[in-house]
Amino acid sequence: MAKETKTMNLNFGPQHPAAHGVLRLILELDGEVIERADPHIGLLHRGTEKLIENKTYTQAVPYFDRLDYVAPMNQEHAFALAIEKLLDIKVPPRGSHIRVIFCEIGRILSHILNITTQALDVGALTPSLWGFEEREKLMVFYERVSGSRLHANYFRPGGVHQDFPVGLKEDILDFCKNFPKVIDDLENLLTDNRIFKQRNVDIGIVSPQDAVAHGFSGVMLRGSGIAWDLRRSQPYEGYDKFKFKIPIGKNGDCYDRYLCRIEEMRESTNIIIEAIKSLPEGPVMTTDGKVSPPSRAAMKKSMEALIHHFKLFTEGYHVPKGEVYACVEAPKGEFGVYLIADGSNKPYRCKIKAPGFAHLQAMDYVVKGHMLADVPAVLGSMDIVFGEIDR
Amino acid sequence: MQKVNLDLNLKNEFKSLNITENFSEPVLEVSTEELPGLLVYLRDNKNLRFRQLIDILGVDYPKRVNRFDVIYLLLSHEFNNRITVKTSVKLDGALPSVVPIFPVANWFEREAFDMYGIKFTNHPDLRRILTDYEFEGYPLRKDFPLSGHTEVRYDDELKKVVYEPVKLSQAYRDFDFESPWEGTKYIKKETDKR
Repeated sequence: MAKETKTMNLNFGPQHPAAHGVLRLILELDGEVIERADPHIGLLHRGTEKLIENKTYTQAVPYFDRLDYVAPMNQEHAFALAIEKLLDIKVPPRGSHIRVIFCEIGRILSHILNITTQALDVGALTPSLWGFEEREKLMVFYERVSGSRLHANYFRPGGVHQDFPVGLKEDILDFCKNFPKVIDDLENLLTDNRIFKQRNVDIGIVSPQDAVAHGFSGVMLRGSGIAWDLRRSQPYEGYDKFKFKIPIGKNGDCYDRYLCRIEEMRESTNIIIEAIKSLPEGPVMTTDGKVSPPSRAAMKKSMEALIHHFKLFTEGYHVPKGEVYACVEAPKGEFGVYLIADGSNKPYRCKIKAPGFAHLQAMDYVVKGHMLADVPAVLGSMDIVFGEIDR
Repeated sequence: MQKVNLDLNLKNEFKSLNITENFSEPVLEVSTEELPGLLVYLRDNKNLRFRQLIDILGVDYPKRVNRFDVIYLLLSHEFNNRITVKTSVKLDGALPSVVPIFPVANWFEREAFDMYGIKFTNHPDLRRILTDYEFEGYPLRKDFPLSGHTEVRYDDELKKVVYEPVKLSQAYRDFDFESPWEGTKYIKKETDKR
């Protein structure tokens, strides 16, 4: 009689704490070995793209905060770049520098969350407590500049909404001085930690060819040894003027991706310091009245300015007919916006390319043949956030 | 970013090909039949090497005969450039799946199917992906209402979640602010001085 083998189906999530949100992962197990993983996504689907088609360009910006909600401004950036490309407007140097500063703050925010929760998934509790303390400080910077800890709505087409408040520059510099010490502390807890290494080294190996074929970007691609960073290879927002290194992994496993993120946080800290030290004076928003509102003072004196302001925030601005793809190196990878404008004040189509969507898709390919306990480690190292995957 | 090194004889090979440019990046329009061949060519040609598929997106133009545009965004790491491939398909038409060429296309095509109802032949697993289980309709089509058709709530008597037709206590307020107004010139001059 032939030996009967039986696989078992296991429902991982949608309310599993290690699923990093609302992921329902259906695993087909042979004993403890995974034969197939079928992620069911969409439990956080809010129809962002449909909503954006029904809002003006100004009203669409806040939807981008709600995509990858651990690094909101990076998403707004892609949308702003797309509109700026279509309208052909330039961001003044000070606005551009402020964008770089907050993009890198966003990168640190995202990487802290990812590293520490990944550690949490594999059994280390302390890093998350230490890391979240730092995250809180960064979110206070978000709050001071935009009025909100998470849903910033700060990067507007044409620049950023408001200039730095008094003292913020110095406080961010202070933070950057102390932060490398915190990274060292985190590394002391994790990098040589025996348990952490046992759970991550040689787990979820992705070869460079497969990383490209499966549409990986960001750390997932660099962890596999491909030197590709949009900030360097297709520079936007004056990133070519900053000096920074791009860490590359060797083995393409979870541990290499962790190391890449640690190094990226150090590089981001340096970029922030450099950007603050070279912060030019001047306006933070383009002076093109088509997209930027008049100053508060002008509104008190001039009727035309008041009408201008009213029209800008009700009707919004018209974007000329055209199609454009703009992308940024978000903390999780290439975040892009494909915008089709029909000449009206609302986008005809706004497709959001979320890096996590492609990464999660490769789940089946990466975890096949791994043990059940490796699933949280792989999920953690993929840096999954459902806001952007489900959209 | 480098300029894409496109072979000018490409048009002999792909009869339906139409090359245009958008923001100094080439856009290739092609029929659905020749699409897989073109993508293989773009991926494997040693001067192009577009080995990464960034995204696939559908666009709905309800008034056109070929109602849906399907746009493929490709990236070449080796030559550091991007290219866009476009094709269009009828409401009841289908286009060949590119999963055998780019494995990443699997979910992208599922999403286009889910959102627009665009069918892909020979797709290994064409299920809905983002919408609810047993969802009906294609939400990103222009004729799908923004509020949707059904809403859910927890019924305390039945002790389960029930689906009901959407009831809006207040009608959706769609203000039409559109006007030909394009900003004022004299204010711009004033802000320039600032």
